[in-house]
Amino acid sequence: MPVIKVENLSKIFGKKVKEAQSLLDQGYLKEDILEKTGCTVGVNRASFEVEEGEVFVIMGLSGSGKSTLVRLLNRLIEPTEGNVEIDGENLATMDKNSLRSVRREKMSMVFQKFALFPFRSVLENAEFGLEIQGINKEERSEKASEALDLVGLGSFSEQLPSQLSGGMQQRVGLARALANDPEVLLMDEAFSALDPLIRKDMQDELLDLQEKMQKTIIFITHDLDEALRIGDRIALMKDGSIVQIGSPEEILINPANDYVEKFVEDVDRSKVLTAEKIMKRPETVDIDKHGPRVALERIREQGLSSIFVTDRSRNLQGYVNADDVSAARKEGKSDLRDILQTDVPKVEKDTSIQEIFDLIHDSPVPVAVVEEGKLRGIIVRGAVIAALANGNGVTEDVE
Amino acid sequence: MLNSLDLPKVPMSEGVEKAVDWIKETFAWIFEPIKENVPDFLDWFASLLTSVPPLIMILVIAVLAFFLTGKKIGLTVFTVIGLLFIQNQGLWEPLCYTFTLVLFASLISVIVGVPVGILMSKSNWAQNIITPILDFMQTMPAFVYLIPAVAFFSIGMVPGIFASFIFATPPVVRFTNLGIRQVSTELVEAADAFGTTGIQKLLKVELPMAKATIMAGINQTVMLSLSMVVIASMIGAKGLGRDVLSALQNADVGPGFVAGTAIVVLAILIDRFTQLVNKNA
Repeated sequence: MPVIKVENLSKIFGKKVKEAQSLLDQGYLKEDILEKTGCTVGVNRASFEVEEGEVFVIMGLSGSGKSTLVRLLNRLIEPTEGNVEIDGENLATMDKNSLRSVRREKMSMVFQKFALFPFRSVLENAEFGLEIQGINKEERSEKASEALDLVGLGSFSEQLPSQLSGGMQQRVGLARALANDPEVLLMDEAFSALDPLIRKDMQDELLDLQEKMQKTIIFITHDLDEALRIGDRIALMKDGSIVQIGSPEEILINPANDYVEKFVEDVDRSKVLTAEKIMKRPETVDIDKHGPRVALERIREQGLSSIFVTDRSRNLQGYVNADDVSAARKEGKSDLRDILQTDVPKVEKDTSIQEIFDLIHDSPVPVAVVEEGKLRGIIVRGAVIAALANGNGVTEDVE
Repeated sequence: MLNSLDLPKVPMSEGVEKAVDWIKETFAWIFEPIKENVPDFLDWFASLLTSVPPLIMILVIAVLAFFLTGKKIGLTVFTVIGLLFIQNQGLWEPLCYTFTLVLFASLISVIVGVPVGILMSKSNWAQNIITPILDFMQTMPAFVYLIPAVAFFSIGMVPGIFASFIFATPPVVRFTNLGIRQVSTELVEAADAFGTTGIQKLLKVELPMAKATIMAGINQTVMLSLSMVVIASMIGAKGLGRDVLSALQNADVGPGFVAGTAIVVLAILIDRFTQLVNKNA
């Protein structure tokens, strides 16, 4: 069951909401509705589900409604229509007291400009949510300290936020959100106010933390690189509507429409495409079955300079050079083990092209893609370059 | 023809008189006990101040100034010289009365003004109603308040405090409203997102954030109530105002100037001390 289920969620700002709503139902566009009624469509019938432990990124340019959407999720903004279910409870219609307890216990929020309380120390900021719940001083200070340790700020607890750098301030914001031990973490452009290097550190750190905590995270951003980096799935928004939801790769490789395609065009593909997308089926010989004669035949057939060697269950053993093979054949040797080279560059299926690019540059043989020791595919230099050039990689079928 | 509309005069002044009479009679159960007891209390408080030897009082205030300013000498020296001057001119007792008047007038203004300001900040509706009332309170010549004040509370310090309350409360109301409305949206959202109740949000986020602005309002209120001192003396409030007033009536330039200077010294001291308390709080 999804942790969060959003159905037909809309927000219309303005005075003639009813009128705007019916125009929206008739399929009028955002601009037309603004012209006719003076109402702004903030979010237009958004629907999606977020699974437990998932990092769900909502991304779009400014004005696309992403910040409104995240505020509809914890009802900082009242929805015009639609449902937001958390653990099966409809947040959109619940009374104030239930809403308050959901906010206290199930959802925490991290803000773009940190929104720390300047008159409270770092520890007191991290304690805020617990204090609001009426938890006693001792327990909340313990939990808040744990959260601060988690983000690496344990030793700064007595400082005031203004004494910390931007990146550290946002860690406090994160600790404040984590101290409540919420199920869902709403992060509204949480790293957008940080400079690029710090932002990257924070993304890494969030991913590390996520590995430990397995929270459900809804992350808002306008930065596609960031979305691709941290999102398990991404929802792309335009003019208040969600135009596409998919994994980073789906969005990059099959953009749903021109808008998404345009968005995706500038992405540094090297960070996104993985080994799996550009590998091809390997030519191999079986070390237990085949000798130099078979190896040489296959090398000649395919016009290779070397060939990968596996055992019967496709575990990668190494490779043999064409020259060594033909020498061994002349000398009448029958075992490939004598000439086996074991120094093979290996990558995993989800290694990014960027990393492969460095590896392949000074390797005499193709890079091997392995999964638990088994050879799954190989990557040749040309494929990497092709992928970097047009983004579509080599789409030959891999068995 | 065009000089006036030929309409009967609207009986506004009669209406106001009737209203004041009505208030006086209807709320006599409030006014009477105040009239009976409060003057005695104020006299008691002022005499408590005068009973301390002036030199000891000056020393205490100077030490306070020294430590509150973070051991800077300026305000301390000013305190000593200013207060010694007042004592030297024989104005110590009026000073104590004036201080009493200002203290209680400002206290009442703050006690009423801050909650009203909070109400204004929470409701646009309240803001729309209260703002013109505040404008009225501030721009109506302060003398006008003296008349109903005397009607309600007879003469002395109590009607002085009443008139001062009306004249001096608006700044603290306005500044409280402004201070709370200026708390950044993100901080308010953060408070809401963590599930605060209205009271929690007010006490833990809004009031602390608005504190500096509210304190500036309180400072203005205190200064305004001090400016009412001379006017209040016209209805028999004791203090430095009475010296100024009698100098005015007798055209005595010298004593008038001296009493006026004493008020200025008190004003500067009160202003600096309230600002210091604001900074250190």
